[in-house]
Amino acid sequence: MSDSPPVAVQPSLTELFLAFALVSISGFGGALPWARRAIVEKKRWMTAEEFNETFALSQFLPGPNVINFSVVFGSRFGGPAGAAVALAGLLGPPLMIVTVLAILYERYGGVATLSRILTGVTAAAVGLLIAVVIKMAAPMFLKRWDSAPMFAILAFTGVALMHWPLPYVFLGLAPFSVALAWFKR
Amino acid sequence: MNDHPLTSLAGYFALLSLFAVGGANAAIPEMHRVAVELMHWMNDRQFADMYAIAQMSPGPNVIIVALIGYHVAGFAGGAVATAAMCGPTCMLAFLVARVWDRFKEARWRIAIQAGMVPLSIGLIAASAFVLARSADHTIYAGLITAATAAFAHATRVNPLWMFLCGGLLGLSGWL
Repeated sequence: MSDSPPVAVQPSLTELFLAFALVSISGFGGALPWARRAIVEKKRWMTAEEFNETFALSQFLPGPNVINFSVVFGSRFGGPAGAAVALAGLLGPPLMIVTVLAILYERYGGVATLSRILTGVTAAAVGLLIAVVIKMAAPMFLKRWDSAPMFAILAFTGVALMHWPLPYVFLGLAPFSVALAWFKR
Repeated sequence: MNDHPLTSLAGYFALLSLFAVGGANAAIPEMHRVAVELMHWMNDRQFADMYAIAQMSPGPNVIIVALIGYHVAGFAGGAVATAAMCGPTCMLAFLVARVWDRFKEARWRIAIQAGMVPLSIGLIAASAFVLARSADHTIYAGLITAATAAFAHATRVNPLWMFLCGGLLGLSGWL
């Protein structure tokens, strides 16, 4: 990393805010591809490698990946202020849009027509989520046998079937899952 | 902790923030458990509606917490829920970013990340299960879910088109 050329362009706080605001309203169902396009290809604030590394860090942390990414990216270029500005850009516009939708829903959510439309949209949205699960789970189940699928099934059972609180399920499974990953190779 | 709705929102989402391995989609069952089963803030179909609205809106999926918060306590509720869901993990991200280079190659770091993958897959599968149970009350709704899953798995069509088709089928009154 240290021998790579210094980043040519340093974003200002305003540019950081605007870039993340733009990413936030461009991305339906996942902002990551848009973030990559804006930061690596258009603005050239990071190389593809640096982007992947920063994203790996965001994935390592709990919570929404894109939110973590904005904080890590912002702090790299502008310290605490940069982190705050990038986060505000990423959350501000969607928050305004969704608040308007929330007001409309509270007022008209009971109207039969809207309710029928939302039922159809939800059915489709659940289908999309199932496709995401299949895509994520396929490599894990297709690999030669190891312990990973067992932990996925246990997490599913605890949360979906037993209705146990997520923190308990997580704290019960994570230590063993991590320990087995440690001894795997 | 359950006296005031804003306090409950802040407490639950701040805690959830730190256990949401796999992002907002992995946290859906816990949000459902708290909002529908434990606190009775809303019913199944309102929860499912809010998931659909959040999916149709631009921006990170985590924005569903703003809808839940608004439903519980208006503007303040939306703001508190969003801040609580993002605050702790953002603080952690800020702190970890400064020391990341020191341990990014460490064996324990890699083991933790590898150990989280199956958990997040199981949790996201649980989200799909919980949402399907809340939303698909008729055989037709179930068929739309199955068809969308197959279609999304086989193609790379923009999800908005699938939402549009689902919405039109719903409007037609079949579901």
